[in-house]
Amino acid sequence: MDWFRKPKYMTVRVAKKDKKPGIPDNLVTRCPSCSEIIFNTEIEKADRTCPKCNHHFQMSAQGRLAILADNGEFIEQTSGKITAADPLNFPGYKEKLAKSKKRTNLEDAILAGICTIGGIKTGLAITDFGFMGGSMGSVLGEEVTRLIERSIEEKIPVVIVSASGGGARMQEGIISLMQMAKTSAALSRLAAAKQMYISVLTDPTGGGVTASFAMLGDLIVAEPKALIMFAGPRVIEQTIRQHLPKRFQRSEFLLEHGMIDMIVNRQNLKQTLSRLLTISPK
Amino acid sequence: MAQAGGLDFEKSLVELEKKIEEIKNFTDGRQMDMQEEIQQLEEKAQELREGIYDNLTPWQIVQISRHLKRPHTLDYIHGMFADFMEMHGDRAFIDDRAMVGGVAWLDDKPVMVLGTQKGKDTKENIVCNFGLPLPEGYRKALRLMKFAEKFNMPVVTLVDTAGAYPGLEGEERGVAEAIARNLREMAYLDVPIVVVIIGEGGSGGALGIGVGDRVLMLSNASYTVITPEGCAAILWKDRAQAARASEILKITAPDLKRLGVIDDIIPEPEGGAHHDPQVVIEQVKTFLQKHLAELSKKTVNQLHEDRYRKYRSIGFFTDVIPQTAEDEERLVEKPATGKKTVKKKKTSESNDVQ
Repeated sequence: MDWFRKPKYMTVRVAKKDKKPGIPDNLVTRCPSCSEIIFNTEIEKADRTCPKCNHHFQMSAQGRLAILADNGEFIEQTSGKITAADPLNFPGYKEKLAKSKKRTNLEDAILAGICTIGGIKTGLAITDFGFMGGSMGSVLGEEVTRLIERSIEEKIPVVIVSASGGGARMQEGIISLMQMAKTSAALSRLAAAKQMYISVLTDPTGGGVTASFAMLGDLIVAEPKALIMFAGPRVIEQTIRQHLPKRFQRSEFLLEHGMIDMIVNRQNLKQTLSRLLTISPK
Repeated sequence: MAQAGGLDFEKSLVELEKKIEEIKNFTDGRQMDMQEEIQQLEEKAQELREGIYDNLTPWQIVQISRHLKRPHTLDYIHGMFADFMEMHGDRAFIDDRAMVGGVAWLDDKPVMVLGTQKGKDTKENIVCNFGLPLPEGYRKALRLMKFAEKFNMPVVTLVDTAGAYPGLEGEERGVAEAIARNLREMAYLDVPIVVVIIGEGGSGGALGIGVGDRVLMLSNASYTVITPEGCAAILWKDRAQAARASEILKITAPDLKRLGVIDDIIPEPEGGAHHDPQVVIEQVKTFLQKHLAELSKKTVNQLHEDRYRKYRSIGFFTDVIPQTAEDEERLVEKPATGKKTVKKKKTSESNDVQ
């Protein structure tokens, strides 16, 4: 009897994948620290930190501006707008710049300007790791210097938030190295004017940026577990062949070794800065 | 006659020089006259020498600047000054042997001289840690510079290092902070500072004692933000392409002068400083005397202003929106007093090198 015979083939109708209401890729993120799956909206609500384990995700300069400046507003830079030249005609530099500009919507790896933080007028600069590793070339050096000079004129304190794992920008060669001297010289003037400078170190900050303005704060504040270094861990392992301890070059390590003043959660950062800035002379 | 130093590109010259030497030894004391042949060979050697040394590539210069037999900091110090009293330690942790310094006398006047010290062989290099300073080296340097400021003597720094020591100890004890502090303090030191790049100028480790009123550089020295090997590793994932990277990075004295990073080039004898250390040490001394004499006429304020302007003006960028007069007005207006300060000189630059 053919009736009870099982058909050899069966067709299962599957709804087309793209039509089924699923989870869009950009809805959740797996936290690299605690491996929990978390809704992106929750991460954003917590200023890009993990609500489960307090992991601090990297953040764009614009995002940081929004959470640090009162009403998220500031007057961008002192005056004018500058963009990187290519003094060495370095292979691939122009393309890298173009790509980074498009991706970050920034002219270079920095946003700088005047804002109020907790009602206190402050010169604020924020570097962005997304733009060529937040590296310091002529533009970043000039923007930081202009900001410091203007803050001296306006007699206001300075806050610089660093996310510059790239250090000095290789593509501008020795000119990048000289930006270390330039920004540090400007900070010397700020110190002479007795204006306060708070350096905020975030993940990651390294090389020529660490060895110049980032480590020169009257106060140095770091976000938790940020990688803060001079030479990168890979460079150290390769050249010296040393085994590096766990947590090496992280904020907590620097605090233990007396290199920074305090570690502050991003969600408390504005409040902490506002409080500290009240010490600054009016 | 100078002997070539035994670098790769000097091989043919070294062989020829050896041959000439052999012929000379062979004919010595024998009844043979080979003067003419020797003369010919020597002419050929000279031709070869000029061919090599007049057309050094950046990579060849890097190799010369790192040459083991090159005179190092202490050779210069002992050669240039009448007396040298070395001072030790950072007063906190150790005495870093990769950084040496102390008071020396130049034309009967005390000068604070300090610099990174490399060794001539492995034994020496173990003592001075291959010229790679620890944070304590930079702190010692700053202590000595502050001493110079207090007792009003000029500072001379000699730079010859691949960089600050990239290791656990340096990171733990804040090498970045030590360098950064030096940059800030050197910018406003009250006494003249003359920096001489005598060999390798390796990035932040060199700059940590490299901020000054005058930066001089030996003609075969190199000064770079990243080693050509490191740059090649990043660009092409191949350290062997360092020669190519060294062309791109612009690390030779003429290039750096063109970029406005150094002020003067001190010529070296043919083949490099190690071919005739005495001559090059005298040469550096002459340049120092000249620049120190010029700087000694400046007041403290002038020194500060000129030094600041020197570094302030380094940078290449393009104006997207130039600084406007209105911006400038806003910048200098002081609403509280209603007074206007003098307009600041426009500092923006948009030079094009190439």
